[in-house]
Amino acid sequence: MKYVVALVVGLLFGALVFVVGLIYNPFVSKQNLSPVTVTSLQTITLSFSGAATDSIVLTNNGESDTTPYPEKVLQLWERPIRQSTVMVTVLRDGLNRTAGIGVKISSLSEDTDLLAAKALVDSVWYMYLPGKGAYFVEQTENYWSYLRQVVLAAHRSSANVWKGNWYMDTTFGPGALRTAKVTAGSGPFEGREMLGVESLTTFVYSVNDGPVSAQGRFIIELPPTPEADPES
Amino acid sequence: MRQYWLAQTTGENALLRTFIVGILLGIAAAAGALYAYPAVDQHRELSIISVLPNGGNTESFHINVPMDRIMIGAPGQPEPLPAGMLWPADEILADVRTELFKIRNSRDKVVGVAVRNAAKDGGTDLLDWVLHLPARGSVFVNMSPDAMQGGYRIGKFRAGTHEFAPLTGTMTESWIVDTTGGEEAPDGRIELFLRFVNDEEPTE
Repeated sequence: MKYVVALVVGLLFGALVFVVGLIYNPFVSKQNLSPVTVTSLQTITLSFSGAATDSIVLTNNGESDTTPYPEKVLQLWERPIRQSTVMVTVLRDGLNRTAGIGVKISSLSEDTDLLAAKALVDSVWYMYLPGKGAYFVEQTENYWSYLRQVVLAAHRSSANVWKGNWYMDTTFGPGALRTAKVTAGSGPFEGREMLGVESLTTFVYSVNDGPVSAQGRFIIELPPTPEADPES
Repeated sequence: MRQYWLAQTTGENALLRTFIVGILLGIAAAAGALYAYPAVDQHRELSIISVLPNGGNTESFHINVPMDRIMIGAPGQPEPLPAGMLWPADEILADVRTELFKIRNSRDKVVGVAVRNAAKDGGTDLLDWVLHLPARGSVFVNMSPDAMQGGYRIGKFRAGTHEFAPLTGTMTESWIVDTTGGEEAPDGRIELFLRFVNDEEPTE
């Protein structure tokens, strides 16, 4: 009997060791900076708030860490869309002026592989920038480091809040070197395909409300041609 | 005494060995479970696709209005949808109307979400749709803002992701008024009809 007990306790302890090893795996490095963030080509840099209450509308299944906003927004509770989140936000330029409207639709990715430190989200952006056209962005994002260093840290905190300064390029693909694919639907770059990268800086995360203070940024690398300059 | 001590030690060693084997099995079982069972499994409704005589495909979606409308983003609305939404009052967004919907397949099951953006950019009207079906991918369509004879609008696929990435085609948008008169019937529905072909070379 004592051997059975020892085996079961060992099994449970082994599973626990595995989970702890997975979370604190020292061989998983933080994602490197994307080449788009240091490009010498012209870029459009857009920023937006990462906090739900600063967005125009944010909706999900109502059970996620991030609380839908405003309170009475229709939630995505039907099975095919209950692992999705939609955020509508104001996009701001480098001078913090309103540049346009952005709608981000994200769904948990079936390519998620926790063994390989990939907590993936498939997301698309629709960005409309008056005077500069409409853009469609396709990307896969990896939130593994975010989950590990921010979300889990908030859950471990006795106040259920994480405070700090956490920055990462969240874009993980589908382009080479972890870049997003941007298609211009109208405007000066109509029909052109470009590269982009999204990054997130989190300052405060609450277990109850999700990101309370966070700043997102999206950089679009413009094509290297004379017509790339919208002023010309 | 020595025999007792040896027996005791052997028994403890066997117990320790069992415990260590348990740990190894626990690690292997946890890793195996994580490998075998997907962490994310999106629910799929059956795709209801018809094949055209020319080899292309068609698929239709619809939006029951007002039930499936999540947001109407436009300036100066007396009753914003959703209630409590604050649409930015910036001059630059004065001619923008952004709407969010849930979209349904032809069996009336919700299968995704959609964005419709209408704007006047300088002298040009612009109308875009993005349809997002989590288990299948997304499609970005540029519509012609002018209605065709018959009251529908037509647009071209501009980009797609996952299942829609290799596809080219068109989408029509039309408004169908509800004539059933039922108490819980919608005011009407927006019909989205997609015709597409796969441009990818077939794999051998």
